[in-house]
Amino acid sequence: MENNRLLEVKNLVVSFDTFQGVVQAVRGVTWHLNKKETIAIVGESGCGKTVSIQTVIGLNSKANGSVRNGEILLEGKNLLDLSVSEMRKLQGNQLSIIFQDPFTFLNPTMTVGEQIMEPFIQHYHVSKSEAREKAIEILKLISLPQPEENMKRYPHQLSGGMRQRIMVAMALICNPKVLFADEPTTALDVTIQAQIIELMNSLKEKVDTSIVLITHDMGVVANMADRIYVMYAGQIVEHGDSDTVFHNPKHPYTWGLLNSVPRLDKKVADDLYSIPGTPPDLIAPPKGCAFAARCKYAMNICKDCQPPQIHFDENDEVCLSLSGQAAENSHYASCWLNHPECIRRNGPVKREGNADGK
Amino acid sequence: MLKYISKKVLIALATVFVLATATFFLVKLIPGDPFLNDKIPVAVQDKQRAFYGLDKPLPQQYLTYMGNLLKGELGYSIKKTGRTVVDIIAEAFPVSAKLGLTSLVFAELIGLTFGILCAQFRGKFPDYFLMVLAVLGIALPSMVLGPILRLILGVKLRILPVTGWGDWDQMIMPAIVLGLGTIAGNTRSMRASMLAITTQDYIKTARAKGLPPIKVILKHQFKNSLVPIIPNLGVQIASVMMGSFVVESMFLIPGLGRYFVDSITNLDYPLIMGLTVFYGVFLVTMNLLVDVLYGLIDPRIRVK
Repeated sequence: MENNRLLEVKNLVVSFDTFQGVVQAVRGVTWHLNKKETIAIVGESGCGKTVSIQTVIGLNSKANGSVRNGEILLEGKNLLDLSVSEMRKLQGNQLSIIFQDPFTFLNPTMTVGEQIMEPFIQHYHVSKSEAREKAIEILKLISLPQPEENMKRYPHQLSGGMRQRIMVAMALICNPKVLFADEPTTALDVTIQAQIIELMNSLKEKVDTSIVLITHDMGVVANMADRIYVMYAGQIVEHGDSDTVFHNPKHPYTWGLLNSVPRLDKKVADDLYSIPGTPPDLIAPPKGCAFAARCKYAMNICKDCQPPQIHFDENDEVCLSLSGQAAENSHYASCWLNHPECIRRNGPVKREGNADGK
Repeated sequence: MLKYISKKVLIALATVFVLATATFFLVKLIPGDPFLNDKIPVAVQDKQRAFYGLDKPLPQQYLTYMGNLLKGELGYSIKKTGRTVVDIIAEAFPVSAKLGLTSLVFAELIGLTFGILCAQFRGKFPDYFLMVLAVLGIALPSMVLGPILRLILGVKLRILPVTGWGDWDQMIMPAIVLGLGTIAGNTRSMRASMLAITTQDYIKTARAKGLPPIKVILKHQFKNSLVPIIPNLGVQIASVMMGSFVVESMFLIPGLGRYFVDSITNLDYPLIMGLTVFYGVFLVTMNLLVDVLYGLIDPRIRVK
């Protein structure tokens, strides 16, 4: 079991010093990624998803952001102990990232070919022609038409979907152990989104890599992830297998996220559902559950005390005796509603649509 | 690309035409007469006027002037008797151009380097230090800086000649004085431009590739930072290569600078117009070159 762990983030706390005060962007987050697995970190904008993974790959600016606590273990080695230059050897090599917006994350004055080759030349110290061969190979793998010609083009000469494929190629050229995808489909239109998701799914088979997907789009998650972490206000509020989280969510925030997905079987006249309110101010996070203010099931205890992580076994029964890895792998939610002493409420999300939960 | 360039050339020609026309009539508006002199008989003055064609009606003068311009003739200078304007430019321009170009190359190199340094050390000592220098460089006129440098380097330390032209060491001080404004301006604009690029998303991509900072700066940040700097280059080249009256007078350099001032005080019509048109053509040509260069730096501007 242990040697299957590729990446492990333990109790990560990241905060930023700003003029207004200290923003506690990530407040004790624990997650792990197994080999050949895709996990999704889901949550709305500003919940700390991007900050936590940028911390993992060491991209946060040292000037105002800092890791206050925690460990980031890549195959058992703590990345936070590495020097900047040691970290640089991993960036783009073993840990690579696909960014959200292929329109702004590509250098406008460099050909895409050069940009794809760059990490390979940097980490493998190969000649330009070798790198070019490798780049063409990768571009064929991601089925970009006419790879040789397109390598010579500049980003503005390519379509959004092609640019995102370029980003994927750039991230994959060094055969990374972990591929982070930070909302890889947000800036694309729906048909292209489907293509990119399909591409990433097929690449996972072909290239020996594991994926950490960050998104707020439950549709993307359903198509890609093995396990899901739901993040809210800098904390993980629910975790479980994809199927479990979709079919049997335990946290009101997850209910809200799932209800926000537009459905074909709803009447057109119905308004799209959205979770009322906005996320809490992370300069002064609430004492109790961070979601309490927006939760229509909130009880008095929610406002005063942080909810504990409550684990569930396979039969969906609350299981208080779990610890260690068993606890980390189980379905859990941080919500008082699940506490044995609380009157149990079932979530408002019923199984609808087809069996995949799509 | 060819279509783009030919369009630019046409616009340039139109610019020069308008410039020549405007200068011609503006010069005639200057009060006074270059030949008016109590000691010379009126008949001689009239003969002089006739030699330069100034006795003809204005429209005819204009047509003759434009006709000569097409042939590349700028006429005879009135004050420098017997010398053509083309002659004067051919003699003095290379001097100004050599000084200006030397000064400009160093000013660009130093200015851009300082700008990059400021951006890298933003808010730290090197940034403040260079920014103070830049403000001084912009605020200090050459007629102040020149004498100070000559006093220190020329008179007190005796490491550089105070005036003159011909040897390479005579060029150092005037080049510094001439280029200081450009250095200062470039430092400021490069700093701003580099800082604007630092927060661009593609810089984050470059860092995520594991590139060392020096590569991120030189390969990704530098070229993109040049984009807003390049358009100034045409004007910078033209203004610095045309010679500076102050610098050239101070260091006794036989350049073009003094003619710009002298021609006007002397009411030397052909020289005023010749210099203006020459300046105009040069400026327009430089801008044309810069436009092409701009396309090389930023592929988005390239026109198919």
